[in-house]
Amino acid sequence: MFCDICGKNAATVHLTEIIDNQMNELHLCEECARKKSEEMEQQFGLSDLLAGMAELGKPVKEKEAVHAKCANCGLTYADFKKIGRLGCGECYDAFRKYLGPLLKRIHGSNQHVGKVPGKSARVVKPKTNDLQDLRTKLQLAVEVEAFEEAAKIRDQIKEIEQKQAKEAQEK
Amino acid sequence: MKLNDLMNHTSEWLKATGPNSDIVFSSRLRFARNLDKIPFPHWANKKQAEEVLLLIEGAIKKIDALKHVTIFRLAELDSVDKQFLVERHLMSLDHAQKTNHKAVAIDDDEMIAIMINEEDHIRFQVMQSGFNLHEAWEIINKIDDSLSKELTFAFQQDWGYLTACPTNAGTGMRGSVMLHLPALVMTRQIDRVLAAIAKLSFTTRGLYGEGTQATGNCFQISNQVSLGHSEDEIIGNINGIIRQIIDQENQAREIMVSKNRAVLEDRVNRSLGILKSARIISSQETIELLSMVRLGCDTGLIKDIDRRRVNELFITTQPAHLQKIEDKKLTSEERDVKRAELIRSKLKI
Repeated sequence: MFCDICGKNAATVHLTEIIDNQMNELHLCEECARKKSEEMEQQFGLSDLLAGMAELGKPVKEKEAVHAKCANCGLTYADFKKIGRLGCGECYDAFRKYLGPLLKRIHGSNQHVGKVPGKSARVVKPKTNDLQDLRTKLQLAVEVEAFEEAAKIRDQIKEIEQKQAKEAQEK
Repeated sequence: MKLNDLMNHTSEWLKATGPNSDIVFSSRLRFARNLDKIPFPHWANKKQAEEVLLLIEGAIKKIDALKHVTIFRLAELDSVDKQFLVERHLMSLDHAQKTNHKAVAIDDDEMIAIMINEEDHIRFQVMQSGFNLHEAWEIINKIDDSLSKELTFAFQQDWGYLTACPTNAGTGMRGSVMLHLPALVMTRQIDRVLAAIAKLSFTTRGLYGEGTQATGNCFQISNQVSLGHSEDEIIGNINGIIRQIIDQENQAREIMVSKNRAVLEDRVNRSLGILKSARIISSQETIELLSMVRLGCDTGLIKDIDRRRVNELFITTQPAHLQKIEDKKLTSEERDVKRAELIRSKLKI
């Protein structure tokens, strides 16, 4: 059997794809399968998630960073790079401009959402909770090739998005 | 409470009473917090570390929700006791090293455990049987509220709770769910599932947390990201993923029972046979075989053994537990003999 896309190489990878509730089977060679799977990931927004992690932020001036020192505990940025641990809470201020991009790289965000000391956590509740939950589920369903489930979740997401768009228009 | 009292008690994570207990051992939430301006444990001098210990001990004693908590200073415990606490998931392996100015506080039910001066000044966890992060959240949130009235935590509006390692900053929250996934392993689907989880910024670890191998088909799945998402959102994401994995494991179990019943029955009964008759057995082999017996209980192939009894053996056969039961130090060879004895007595029908 030859590859459905290039028609040249032997098909060794068999993919199932769902477009508008139609299930398609594809028989591909390795090269075309790799391209195809990258394409599929993009459709499902996984690449957005990974790009968030990889965003390096502005390059830091190395020399300046190494000599920066926390006035409260005496830890230098060079110490931090060596041990991988900060010295105290004040270090976050002392190394603010270097840690911002780092936090963004680790967590995909550098803006805290959630509990604040002394206040109930329920206060800061994100509006997009359901949608985000569904997107996570969709990603996993696709990853484990539970395509029927994925199609269902995708439709739910569409529905919510359309509803939100409509509400935004009305406003 | 004395440490030895725990011997007659089943750990929360092994009770097998919570939701989805056929697949999920336990759910755990852990909060990391630090005191404002005082250096983190690895950077603090002796005086500062002792000050932290006293401040946190004092706060714990004032909190009503923690009135059934007993504090143990690690410097006063011997190596078997420390390992015993690690085996019961009441503290980390890291916490058991270099024990000066460190403590662990445990409540009578072993549901709440608080580590003082581990990587952060205070790390507290709430553990629930089965798939139940929601309940764990209700409890831990209240403890955190009470602690924050007694102590001033290092916190910034934009970066949240500040931790020794930036990977924990923000909510400082780690949620972990311990799963038993024998069917996904046996049907060779587990790598695919774990790869998917990793892509979604979740980590998989073994029975004993960071750096441990997955043994006995047990997998601990945790969130990696703690900044930029609220606690609610993080818990929602973990729940979404865990539900999917439970579905996958259930499907794999159904397929095995309906299509490969003979193979499954063979593996389960051979495992039970070895456990019931072995005279010398390692902890590694024990866990692998117990996993199969548990699968037998969960799929109805074994009817006369209670799942909780199997769960308990996962922990009572561990090295420190055997030494606590015997009340003396045992060599590795002696333990293998005692372990086999214990298993035979517990599985006798």
